[in-house]
Amino acid sequence: MKISHQWLDEWVGTGLDVEQLAERLTMAGLEVDGLEDAAPPLDHVVVARIDGVEPHPDADRLRVCRVVAGDSEYSIVCGAANARVGLRTALARAGATLPGGLTIKPARLRGVASEGMLCSANELGLGDGGDGIMELPDDAPDGQPLAEYLQLDDTILEIDLTPNRGDCLSVRGLAAELAALTEKPVNPVEIEPVPAETDRQVEIELASPENCPRYIGRVVEGVNVGAQTPLWMRERLRRSGIRSLGIIVDVTNYVLLELGQPMHAFDLDSIGRKIVVRQAEQDEPLTLLDGQTIKADDDMLMIADEQRPLALAGIMGGQDSAVGDDTRNILLEAAWFNPEVVGGKARRLGLATESSHRFERGVDPQLPRLAMERATRLIMELAGGRPGPVAEACDKARLPVPKAVTMRLSRLNRLLGTALSAAVVNDVFERLGMQVSRHEDVFEVTPPSTRSDIAIEADLIEEVARIYGYNRLPARHPGGEIIVQPPAETQLQEEQLREQLAARGFHEVIAWSFVSRKLLSAFAMDDRAQPLANPMSAEMAVLRTSLVPGMVEVAARNLRRQIDSFRLFETGHCFASAKSGFEESLRLGILMTGRLQAEHFSTAGQPVDFFDLKGEIESLIEFNAVAGDISFKKSDAPWLHPGQAAELLINGRAAGWLGQLHPALAEKLDLDQAVFVAELSLAAVSERRLPRHHDSGRYPGVRRDIALVVADHHSAASLVKSIRETAGTLLEDCVIFDQYRGKGIDKGYRSLAIGLILRDVSRTLRDDEVDALVERVLDSLKNHFGAKLRG
Amino acid sequence: MGAVSSQGLLEDALEQVASAPDERALDQVRVRLLGKKGELTTRLKSVGKLPPEQRREAGQSINRAKQALEKAISERASELARQRLDQALAREAVDVTLPGRKSPVGGIHPVSRAMERLLEIFRRLGFEVATGPEVEDDYHNFEALNFPDNHPARAMHDTFYLPDGRLLRTHTSPVQIRVMKEQGAPVRIVAPGRVFRSDSDQTHTPQFHQVEGLLVDRNVTFADLKGMLADFVNAFFEDDLEMRLRPSYFPFTEPSAEVDIRWRNADGSTGNWLEVLGCGMVHPNVLENCGIDSEEYTGYAFGLGVERFAMLRYQVDDLRLFFDNDLRFLRQFR
Repeated sequence: MKISHQWLDEWVGTGLDVEQLAERLTMAGLEVDGLEDAAPPLDHVVVARIDGVEPHPDADRLRVCRVVAGDSEYSIVCGAANARVGLRTALARAGATLPGGLTIKPARLRGVASEGMLCSANELGLGDGGDGIMELPDDAPDGQPLAEYLQLDDTILEIDLTPNRGDCLSVRGLAAELAALTEKPVNPVEIEPVPAETDRQVEIELASPENCPRYIGRVVEGVNVGAQTPLWMRERLRRSGIRSLGIIVDVTNYVLLELGQPMHAFDLDSIGRKIVVRQAEQDEPLTLLDGQTIKADDDMLMIADEQRPLALAGIMGGQDSAVGDDTRNILLEAAWFNPEVVGGKARRLGLATESSHRFERGVDPQLPRLAMERATRLIMELAGGRPGPVAEACDKARLPVPKAVTMRLSRLNRLLGTALSAAVVNDVFERLGMQVSRHEDVFEVTPPSTRSDIAIEADLIEEVARIYGYNRLPARHPGGEIIVQPPAETQLQEEQLREQLAARGFHEVIAWSFVSRKLLSAFAMDDRAQPLANPMSAEMAVLRTSLVPGMVEVAARNLRRQIDSFRLFETGHCFASAKSGFEESLRLGILMTGRLQAEHFSTAGQPVDFFDLKGEIESLIEFNAVAGDISFKKSDAPWLHPGQAAELLINGRAAGWLGQLHPALAEKLDLDQAVFVAELSLAAVSERRLPRHHDSGRYPGVRRDIALVVADHHSAASLVKSIRETAGTLLEDCVIFDQYRGKGIDKGYRSLAIGLILRDVSRTLRDDEVDALVERVLDSLKNHFGAKLRG
Repeated sequence: MGAVSSQGLLEDALEQVASAPDERALDQVRVRLLGKKGELTTRLKSVGKLPPEQRREAGQSINRAKQALEKAISERASELARQRLDQALAREAVDVTLPGRKSPVGGIHPVSRAMERLLEIFRRLGFEVATGPEVEDDYHNFEALNFPDNHPARAMHDTFYLPDGRLLRTHTSPVQIRVMKEQGAPVRIVAPGRVFRSDSDQTHTPQFHQVEGLLVDRNVTFADLKGMLADFVNAFFEDDLEMRLRPSYFPFTEPSAEVDIRWRNADGSTGNWLEVLGCGMVHPNVLENCGIDSEEYTGYAFGLGVERFAMLRYQVDDLRLFFDNDLRFLRQFR
């Protein structure tokens, strides 16, 4: 909330300058977000009186004004319609610089000399004061600098209040807080009851007393709604960011700022004879002051008459019963609404009003009558009228009353790590206007009715800490017991994985968790996509089902920026709706595109291909000794190239997929080079084997190379598997070192060259047993795969 | 034949050795003179045919010549070998200033990097890392954390909802609840992770990262919180920064505080107060909601935005850069 420093100072003379004041508030938890001058510097702008108005000889819409400011007289050409003899207004003399940057110099306008400029409030940076030049009261002393006259030497404090401190949403509340902080007395504004001058009143029925246990109404007849709001009031409203909207609304807004009580004024002649405070009916329509028609929910509270709804309680009044230009008689409302019935409702309707903001944070239930007297007095003084008696309906039993809260001094000191004395604590409570009694360790504290946030012991402990000062509380550095709980050695930590991938040339990215459905559907990954109920945009409408689409978008963006060779990875959660609820899983995404190696003068280089991607995954698995039986098989994932798509299986269970992005999809996404992508279950690749030493032997091994011709439909993996099974434990390793198709090999066949590395840990192998073993391997391959030795 | 002619032969041979252009030519000289049928060898063999009185002198003369020649040949051979190596080395010389053949160079995202640094400090302070789901329910994200229904505190969190009423967590605090419910007190965890709020402008992105910490034990005080935070902040920034706590409000802690640090400008001068994290003593309602006796146990909690720390640490001035993933940006964080 924004509030004038001058105004606060009137309520409590702290003797602090505004920076110090702001610091004190901030350090007490009322964060001052900004300090702003109440007005721009207005040097050479003075109060002036128009003494004569002559038509301009050459321009219909301009007039030549004779203007007096103190001892000086000026001739000013002015276009404002409200320039008239006797008006006191603002004159910018030569040398003045207006907030918009315009510097005033003597000038000739259509041939007539003008020695300055008569200004509107807008032109002086003093808010929205309509089209014409400023209209100052008749007693404004001409010649006085305007800034001085308007007391513009003021600073506006912008205070960012936390939701628990609704009591500080007024000058009265802030003054109480400042008084407690600075130990200075509050000088509240004098509010005397205003006696009734008529008998007229409306009947009030509390039909929903739990949500509105107190409602006060007062009729004021014969008000002059056309009366000018005095400048001092307009200025205070302006400094709080509230526009002047006519005397009645201005007064209710003024009381809201001053005391913190939201009020409303009805046009008495537009409403029935009875006010009924009741729950809204479901979908009950009401056209509000701002012109929009809402459909209320039945958990909202309505101010109605016998016939129809008049206002959405605590949020906004209705258009039909609003005070207008023709209003003569008004009904003022000051009520206490339960925060629960206002809370969240304005937000639900897309509204946020000064009134709802306060009611949902809690208004002092004892305040309505005081506010009613204050508003009545101000209206009578400024707009005339004859008040009726104060009509109050109150369900006392349902009105909250401050309850005593107990607090143990020992608990306070235990929680804060302090040794504060009872006297210090007692002093804090008294400064905060709380009633205190103490029996040994136990304080019994009754907060003032303004402090609805004080309900339990912890609330009081916080108050003591806050007023005593957080920065005076002690600090104790970590020490004492050490808890040793390192992660399991067999669990690959995400940060280790990140380091490894970065070292292998991958850049980590962090893409959005939400993507467009369109993108997922391009990947055919939208089947089980979970939509958001309230997305920010269609581009961020569903939760990602895979990391890859987002990463491909990142890749596309970088390719457009002429970066054409890179490797990316991301770890993150993916989401999918499932029959039984919902799946959330942690994944690792990998993307490679461009050259295999960084560019180098020594070689033309080669582009990455499927086997580079697969190799990265294999290296990762091998480096981390991922536990389980690892295998790959062909995949038919629709987003991948049908001939370069694989699935990773760990212990026969799907653990991820990899391949080239389908060229048709790449084209659709405007990618003009091959992109290789993979996604793995992070959990599946994070389970490591714990190393167990075994004798690696001292005897040399032998290598035998064989070249086989086999039909294409037999996978390399199946051949290797068969070799391992046949060769048994003597086979240390088996490498495929060549693949050949073409001349000498029938179509549909290929030649694979395989090296068998054989070794026994306990002895040197004999040639004859090696020969026999290789023979067995060849026989088996021939029987199972029709493999022939290449001639 | 006399000694003089042996000497003449030697001089001639030495000249040939000295001028031998390569090892092959040198070897030819050696064979011609010292080989089995070489001239000197032949002469030495024929010494026996000389009259006895001449034999001794002739033999000595020829042997001297032979030794001199052998030495010259050996020296010339070394010389030629050296020359050959020099030539080879010269041929193999490269411009060492040409770039090496690098593997592609990757890097870790600055948010992860800052996150890891944060977690490393907390691990050393004895906190265990705990994680939880990103899609949460109202109970764990709000209710159990003492956010009443319809309370304006909920409006501080612009929440993304799923159609069934679940939501994307707005903070990692739900992990507090899950861990406390599961393991009871004492608890000493940090919960890192991605969080979501429906907010997007210069200083807000709809997703960001938090680290939240929770310590519940007997006799945990506000003083412990202050001391730990000061140590943590200075460890992270490798500095000795002034810190202050301002009273604030979070539904799940009381007393609550915002923590400001007095920033140090690039030139070393004292800068402004910057808000870096929120904290407080765990609200008794939260402990009770998790079945922990709030009389026996007290605790503190704190939460920080990882992007904020990354921005300060690495001088990033625009939050949105983190999610743009421009490699020109990412490469700066190696």
